[in-house]
Amino acid sequence: MAKKSDKKIIFNKEKKMPPFAISFYSMEYNKTGGWRNFRPVIDYDKCSCCLICWKSCPEAAIKLKKTKVKGKEKFKPVIDYEYCKGCGICWEECPTEAIDIEEEAE
Amino acid sequence: MKLKIPEEEIMGHGNLACQGCGATLAMRLALKALGSNTVIVLPACCWSVIDGPFPHSVVNVPLFHTAFAAGPSTASGVKAALEIQGKDTNVVAWAGDGGTYDIGLGTLSGAAERNDDMIYVCYDNEAYMNTGIQRSSSTPLKAWTTTTPVENPKESHKKDIISIMAAHRIPYLATASVAYPEDMIEKFKKAKDIRGMRFILVFSPCPTGWKYAPQLTVKLARLAVQSRVFPLIEIENGIKWKLNKEITHPSPVSEYLKPQGRFKHLSDEDIAEVEQSVEADWNRLLEKTKK
Repeated sequence: MAKKSDKKIIFNKEKKMPPFAISFYSMEYNKTGGWRNFRPVIDYDKCSCCLICWKSCPEAAIKLKKTKVKGKEKFKPVIDYEYCKGCGICWEECPTEAIDIEEEAE
Repeated sequence: MKLKIPEEEIMGHGNLACQGCGATLAMRLALKALGSNTVIVLPACCWSVIDGPFPHSVVNVPLFHTAFAAGPSTASGVKAALEIQGKDTNVVAWAGDGGTYDIGLGTLSGAAERNDDMIYVCYDNEAYMNTGIQRSSSTPLKAWTTTTPVENPKESHKKDIISIMAAHRIPYLATASVAYPEDMIEKFKKAKDIRGMRFILVFSPCPTGWKYAPQLTVKLARLAVQSRVFPLIEIENGIKWKLNKEITHPSPVSEYLKPQGRFKHLSDEDIAEVEQSVEADWNRLLEKTKK
């Protein structure tokens, strides 16, 4: 379960409890990566850093990493397997076919 | 390289949505545009489940769960309370198609008539998905749901909520699709700067209810726009209709229908009938945009 120190806490403890319920813990304890049947893998040799995968990921499981490609500053997509549910949208949408999908082992 | 979409992720990880959920993608993009100075009011819908069990929440902004019909009226109240406190916060009512087309229509009409200051977002997945795929008045013609089985598919057309809301002459009304994130973010940013009632209809495919493989969510949303099933439009003050995406060479409607299990039972005649209705809707829309 989540710890109190988890990320942003919306509820302000010093003030009185509001008359209605406000959720103040993050959901990050729920590691949705365990739901995955298929694992998307990015081949960075083919990746053009168009970020279509990042735009269309429902889980926000694709992170951006600043890198330099041929002297140009670009954002590189990196998949966070802790939360990737393996829906395969990135694999379907990738215009350069840089994402491959593999069956999850075990 | 400059990003066209804000980099900051306001929606957190670990939501309870199905794989490939269009509604989750819609919320992620909407929050990117609106920023963290936002309060979400949530009538019963898929998102009531996706958000997580109390006291956990995935969105990282204050979120108020409310009764099915009470989305717009609760948002009116939240906005009034914030105004008294002197806070300029975006109040977003985030409802599914059941809470908009059917159950919440009365309160939505009331809030629109009062021109209360809120952004009302309806993510349209065309049935009551989290209760077990029952038909709503947003379900399209001939579609299968558990209450409109294959032997007796839906006989009536999808309700034209856009025209209903346009008739209220609200300041801003738009349709958006998860397949066009730049367009969607632009519309949310535009809506953020306008005062009064703003209504945005987001097309969000549902792999569970529409019976297709989860990787096709964005592709189907794109096909819906390209086959003229779901036009991307903007309406200002209920009068000025604007078509954002001209579709000069539409892809066939059957291409959109084919991957979906809910249209699997359609015969060629049925498909022709759906095509005709899509064309008629499109022509009606063109007439309005030409004015």
